[in-house]
Amino acid sequence: MTDGVGVELENLWIRFGEFVAVRDASVNINGGDFFSFLGPSGCGKTTILRAVSGFLQPSEGRVLIGGRDMAGIGPNKRPTALIFQNLALFPLMKVWENITFSMEVRGASASERRRRADELLEMIALEGQGNKLPGELSGGQKQRVAIARALCAEPDVLLLDEPLSALDLKLRQHMRTELRAIQQRVGITFIYITHDQGEALTMSDNVAVMRAGVIEQIGTGHAIYDLPATPFVASFVGENNVFRGKVLEVKGDEALIRTNRSGDLLAQITPAARGVLKVGDDAMMFVRPEAFSLVDDAGAHAGKSLTARVVNEEFEGNSYSVFLESEGGKRIKMSLPNVGQERVVSTGDDLILKYELRNAVAMPAGELASE
Amino acid sequence: MRHNVLVSRLALGLYLVIFFGYLLGPLVIMSMTAFNSNPFPTISPWDCFSFEWFQVLADDERILRSIRNSVVIGLGTVVLSVAMGLAAALLLTQIWPRWRATYYTIIIAPILIPGVVLGISTVVFWDRMSRFLGPATSDLFHNGIFLTVLGQSTFIASYTMLVFVARLQRYDPGLTEAALDLGATHVQAFRKILLPFMRPAIASAAVLAFLASFENYNTTTFTFGRYPTLTIELAQKVRYGINPSISALAFIIVMLTVFFALSAEAWRRGRMKMAGQAGGDPVPQRAGILPAFLRGNWAAVVLVLFSFVAITLFWTARSYSPEQCKAEVRAAKQAEAAKRREELLRRREEMRRQQQMKGPDIFAPSGRPAAPGASGRPDTDRAPFGGVFDPGNLEGQSGTGNAPRDGSPPQGGTEPQTGAGTGAENGEEPGNGGNRTTPFGSVFDPGNLSGTAGN
Repeated sequence: MTDGVGVELENLWIRFGEFVAVRDASVNINGGDFFSFLGPSGCGKTTILRAVSGFLQPSEGRVLIGGRDMAGIGPNKRPTALIFQNLALFPLMKVWENITFSMEVRGASASERRRRADELLEMIALEGQGNKLPGELSGGQKQRVAIARALCAEPDVLLLDEPLSALDLKLRQHMRTELRAIQQRVGITFIYITHDQGEALTMSDNVAVMRAGVIEQIGTGHAIYDLPATPFVASFVGENNVFRGKVLEVKGDEALIRTNRSGDLLAQITPAARGVLKVGDDAMMFVRPEAFSLVDDAGAHAGKSLTARVVNEEFEGNSYSVFLESEGGKRIKMSLPNVGQERVVSTGDDLILKYELRNAVAMPAGELASE
Repeated sequence: MRHNVLVSRLALGLYLVIFFGYLLGPLVIMSMTAFNSNPFPTISPWDCFSFEWFQVLADDERILRSIRNSVVIGLGTVVLSVAMGLAAALLLTQIWPRWRATYYTIIIAPILIPGVVLGISTVVFWDRMSRFLGPATSDLFHNGIFLTVLGQSTFIASYTMLVFVARLQRYDPGLTEAALDLGATHVQAFRKILLPFMRPAIASAAVLAFLASFENYNTTTFTFGRYPTLTIELAQKVRYGINPSISALAFIIVMLTVFFALSAEAWRRGRMKMAGQAGGDPVPQRAGILPAFLRGNWAAVVLVLFSFVAITLFWTARSYSPEQCKAEVRAAKQAEAAKRREELLRRREEMRRQQQMKGPDIFAPSGRPAAPGASGRPDTDRAPFGGVFDPGNLEGQSGTGNAPRDGSPPQGGTEPQTGAGTGAENGEEPGNGGNRTTPFGSVFDPGNLSGTAGN
């Protein structure tokens, strides 16, 4: 899937007066990729999207689509189509007129438009609904109409600005798979903006995690989840237990960290910090709740285990969340899969938790995503 | 407790009656005067039910021409002020937020400026412009229609802008962006997205502008030139004496208003019903004698009844003739007038006799001119001042036509006599507006006047 049109951002800066919305962003998006920008609201991801679609001119740097510099080219001349957060369906036009608006402005005949609308309506499973007004459709149907309208323009790059945020959970999950399927069918580049890490991870080939206008990490969903580059990414994407401490020893890609409240623990150094993290540095170490497992004896897992007492547990259907407190008073969360057994733990139990080295990541201390 | 509720209900009911009476009473009374054959717009005395004032109105060339002028000017104002208002409203949404308040104040100012000032400034400005640009522009820049449209639009555009701003606040600018993103040019985005969205507002702004233009007087009065509008013509008529043909015009306007209001309501309800059906919301179908489009739509029912009454009225008017009644009223009034004349003669005779006994009264001549002079008569063409001093001249001359013309009794304190005189005279000559009066010598007998003045 590399025959699509790629998008490149070169040292992109976007400022609004004093405020810097995007700071020196450089991304290379392959043609035909499903690429997501993930970040909390206000991190500048929508700004990047507007720069790509042409509603904003970058203050510095370049936007290239298919290798062509887009400076000075208006949104109506770019090979992009944007799906707006609120969808922005034209309320006074019928569904089929909405879908084929891009043909209308090019002067296509009504019969031609009708034909194309029928094709697209079939694709989005809304056959026969073309004569309704957008107001008469449900949320998910509107969503699909917006997608069809954008696809009708036959863009090289489809930009999606949190299009699923208004839908309820079930529909959102359904639309995720559907979007991914559509993307694979049409084979064009999708750039997707979201603050929902689940959406980003399930759909994307590649994800860029942003914080305060800065791209913190670009990589596949796996890379971002398993080997976060910064404390922000580690804490923003998925749940994580963070252990603060100082680096006691560095051995190749591994580091021994004297944590403040949980003893000495071993972790692998995240690729971005290899050679950077030195003995004596302030460090952070992350272990995901599901990476812990229970053992009877700590002896065999020196440096990769800790003891803690169960404070509380919550049943979540597919798993239990167990909240523990270490001897030093550190709060730890672990999750145990629900495989049909009776209560595995109970409040007040002292447990020994162990983890595998590949599941623990160490990096220089930094800012976490705010809760 | 219940007693209190009852009292407050009654008070509310009474208030509503008074309120609507205050609101609609004048309209009702004015409409009724259109059907009274009495040449003065009044419902008491009620002479005869008559449609003659509609005929008078239809024959009034000046009124008809002024209506045409009003319509032309109204349409011109609609076009100009809707365009300007829309542009101003769009600019308001585009302008830098920091300047928005200032801009808004400037653009709204014409509403606060007195219309008189706008009228004068329009005339002066375009007069200067025509001098500046040369004589070729003189015809246009001094044309009443041109000036009136421009003068009215200066403030009506502010009204329309308010309508547009209200609508634009509900516009999602994302829609324009979406259109641009899908390849539309800015012009296409405006024409295909924003303009259709603004259409309801454009319609209401157009109606508003037309009505505001149609009823405008104080700006127009400076700008109309050779094209008087209806309001100007009516004002001129009032100045020179009115007759119920103006009530007839008012009646027609009221009826048209009611008709359009009902039509709009019926249409709106019809659409609501259709929308309800389209949404799969079955409207309760009451089986009845009414056809489907009238069911559950009271406005449509009233509209049909209204139209029916109007058509009936129209056909009645074509065949109805109140001649019989008018003749009777005339006879009755003549009889009454004769009676009064005799009584006056008798009283005058009595007075003469008294004066002869007393000798000439030196205060009487100086007192006399005060009576007609105080009756607020601006024109003195009929009764030269000199003649006033001559009691003999006063007889049958001065004071005639004066009272019926301005409608207020002379302040000389002769109410009963003059009032009767008006009635009698009207009965004599219906339809001439009471301008050209046959002097009812004895009714307006100045002897009577002098009697009071001498008191």
